[in-house]
Amino acid sequence: MKHFSELISAIEITNKTNSKIDALVDYLKAAPEKDKLWIITLFTGKRPSRPVKTTLMRQWCMEITGYPEWLFLESYSSVGDLGETIALMLPDPTHKIEKPLNVWMEELIGLRPKSDAEKKIYVLNAWSGLEMQERLIFNKLIGGSFRIGVSKKTLVNALSKYSGIDANQLMHSIIGNWDINSISFEDLIQGEHINYDNSKPYPFCLAYTLEKELPELGNPEEWQVEYKWDGIRGQIVKRNGEIFIWSRGEELVTSQFPELVSAMETFEEDFVIDGEILALKDNTVLLFNDLQKRLNRKNVSKKMLEEIPVGFYVYDVLEWNGQDIRTQPMTYRREILETLLASQTLPNHILISEIITFNNWSELDAIRNQAREFNSEGLMLKQKNSPYHTGRKKGDWWKWKVDPLTIDAVMIYAQKGSGRRSSKYTDYTFAVKKDDGLVTVAKAYSGLTDVEITEISRFVNKNAIEKFGPVRTVKPELVFEIAFEGIALSNRHKSGVALRFPRILRWRRDKTVDQIDTIEQVKQLITNPT
Amino acid sequence: MKLIKFTKKGIYCIPGKFYLDPWLPVDFAIISHGHADHARTGMKYYLCQTDSKAILKHRLGADIQIESLNYNEPKTVNGVQVSFHPAGHVIGSAQIRLQYKGFVVVFTGDYKVKNDHLTIPFEPIKCHEFITESTFGLPIYNWLSEDQLQQQMHDWVLKNQSHNRTSVFLGYSLGKAQRIMKLMEGVDKMYVHAAIHNLNKAIQGSGIPLPQTELLNYDFKKEDLQNKIIIMPPGLLGSKLLKKIPNAATAICSGWMQIRGNRRWQAVDAGFAVSDHADWNGLLSAVKASEAEKVYVTHGSQATFSKYLNEFGIPSAEVKTEYGSDEDDKEVVTEKKEAL
Repeated sequence: MKHFSELISAIEITNKTNSKIDALVDYLKAAPEKDKLWIITLFTGKRPSRPVKTTLMRQWCMEITGYPEWLFLESYSSVGDLGETIALMLPDPTHKIEKPLNVWMEELIGLRPKSDAEKKIYVLNAWSGLEMQERLIFNKLIGGSFRIGVSKKTLVNALSKYSGIDANQLMHSIIGNWDINSISFEDLIQGEHINYDNSKPYPFCLAYTLEKELPELGNPEEWQVEYKWDGIRGQIVKRNGEIFIWSRGEELVTSQFPELVSAMETFEEDFVIDGEILALKDNTVLLFNDLQKRLNRKNVSKKMLEEIPVGFYVYDVLEWNGQDIRTQPMTYRREILETLLASQTLPNHILISEIITFNNWSELDAIRNQAREFNSEGLMLKQKNSPYHTGRKKGDWWKWKVDPLTIDAVMIYAQKGSGRRSSKYTDYTFAVKKDDGLVTVAKAYSGLTDVEITEISRFVNKNAIEKFGPVRTVKPELVFEIAFEGIALSNRHKSGVALRFPRILRWRRDKTVDQIDTIEQVKQLITNPT
Repeated sequence: MKLIKFTKKGIYCIPGKFYLDPWLPVDFAIISHGHADHARTGMKYYLCQTDSKAILKHRLGADIQIESLNYNEPKTVNGVQVSFHPAGHVIGSAQIRLQYKGFVVVFTGDYKVKNDHLTIPFEPIKCHEFITESTFGLPIYNWLSEDQLQQQMHDWVLKNQSHNRTSVFLGYSLGKAQRIMKLMEGVDKMYVHAAIHNLNKAIQGSGIPLPQTELLNYDFKKEDLQNKIIIMPPGLLGSKLLKKIPNAATAICSGWMQIRGNRRWQAVDAGFAVSDHADWNGLLSAVKASEAEKVYVTHGSQATFSKYLNEFGIPSAEVKTEYGSDEDDKEVVTEKKEAL
């Protein structure tokens, strides 16, 4: 455990991906075979199910320490993590337990069917035999997530650095079907259980933000214009009957989108296509917020599949029946794509990205500004002769987003974040003027720098009205410019409006609370009340 | 007996007609220790413990009207007997004991009960009313022993040296810097930032020995610093000076580093929970040892700590003061000025 505990400490302290990778490589060099397999298991979210309920752990901790529940909760809200709160509160260890990671894991798996009394004996013995940091790790192994910023991609890059094996192949290997009890670490990373030729992705072609006037792009006829969508860029690889979905971060996300896999199974051809994974319901694209609810789940429930169905807008084709066609001009690739998608009746949720017809550049701005009405982010401008580039290349592909809507609002509540942000107030609720008072319009947590967050946390500490619990009501004083993607009337919200995807654009230190918007002004932004 | 009153200017002694660590200008101020939130400018007359005198003059100006007393040396002010007692917080830090017609009040200022082998250890005092700080007044704050802490920091320096990295500790210049110097004494050569160096000189000037350090000159030679230990104020995190140090591995030393979220918030390589404040059990032991009938809780987790004391059967109330609840936040401001 000591070794694993040091790995976690080294990873969690740094926000540099390379340092995390180095720490993982150091660990892999020294760890026993079985522990390496467990590292992969834990960092790919395949952890065994929780053997001990959190309520029991909480109860046992209060029993040992004798602290009242309110004090436990107060401490919890200050730490932001249950396993850590318990680890910090428990008295010093009375003995020393040293076992490798795989033994802990086996024991925890064995603990699951046991009675609460037996569980208690085991957990209490571990708590009194481990140092603070090890105790924390133990609590995390029982069930919580580590929240230390090791993505599958980081893990794969570390494995690649350690072994010299191609990172994408490793991604396929660790995602593939394997069982910790019947595979060796070496066979796993060598990919003995997979056929990498079937999944190998291409690098994505990425666009830059448009930074010139449209006429400077030359003849409009040389450009293909499509809507830009705010989903997850995805590459679907179909070869020899196998289907893989790669995200832009080079993670395999196939299992998260069963409805895309089943749609692809209906094709006879082999291909690699590029497109956007979107939440798509009744032929309407939903917001990214909705799509987000579907992401990174261990299992996608039937209810989820019905509530937030997913579709795919196809942009491009990179490989067709085994042939890499990325260097062919876009018009050629588009023809192939149209033929491919026309070759059979497409399910409703697989769509080809529509080409926008326009006669001159001046028409395009109006088209862009209407994009918001159907949840598009703006436009994509692509040179008709362009190849499918590797990575980001300037000149051939441009993205041209709609300008966000903005209001000035005042902060009225603040809440501490979680993980790295658990020590600061990072989640805020904002209000605008209504009659003589204020009314809540949005909750937002992104868009500020660490320095600003630190300063705001200090303000919250000084100006908080309640003293207990995680949420602080603060003096309405700090004004922020809030940007959002859309606005609609809503009965569910006290203010009568719902903002889509609100975030903090900037802190308006130049404005006082008297200068914020009124709810009437906010409502005027609704162009299309439904 | 009503000996003290909590006012807008600070803690006021009614018969004594003086203030304890006032935050607004007053005629007569009795100061617990030299930190900026306790010892402020603008007082007509200061009274402090002997070892604090040089620090106060260094920070508030050489021309202040100041008088000092040794620990346990009583002085009578308007009929109130005033004495200083070790608080173990930083060099010269004192609890202020007031006695009037047999009634005793103790104001702790900031304190820690653990012996750091640098300051004179905290002295428990019996009193009728006890005014305690509560910076780390939650049961999640339990400090490691001095030996364990030293071992952790020592291991970290050795690990850095094995990777050819220079170890940079960030700790505020009065108190934490000297603590780090003491903890790292004998490990390797130590360099300190000018703000710390000047304070060290003031402390040494009043006859208190400190571990050997060198001034970190702005035109340092990289090879001289390589693999060594450097101590600088936390305000310099992200500064050009820090960036100039070759292969620096940085560590913040503060009680707040006990929590993972705090360690991870700062872009540093390590965080050590080195604190000059009492931890949860330290606060409780000081309160119990005082045997006070009434406990007033100031800056920190005052609401939580005083609620707990009440449930525990010790009558307690929280008091709003202007003392910093975040040592590092406070320090950054002053250090930045000093660093210029």
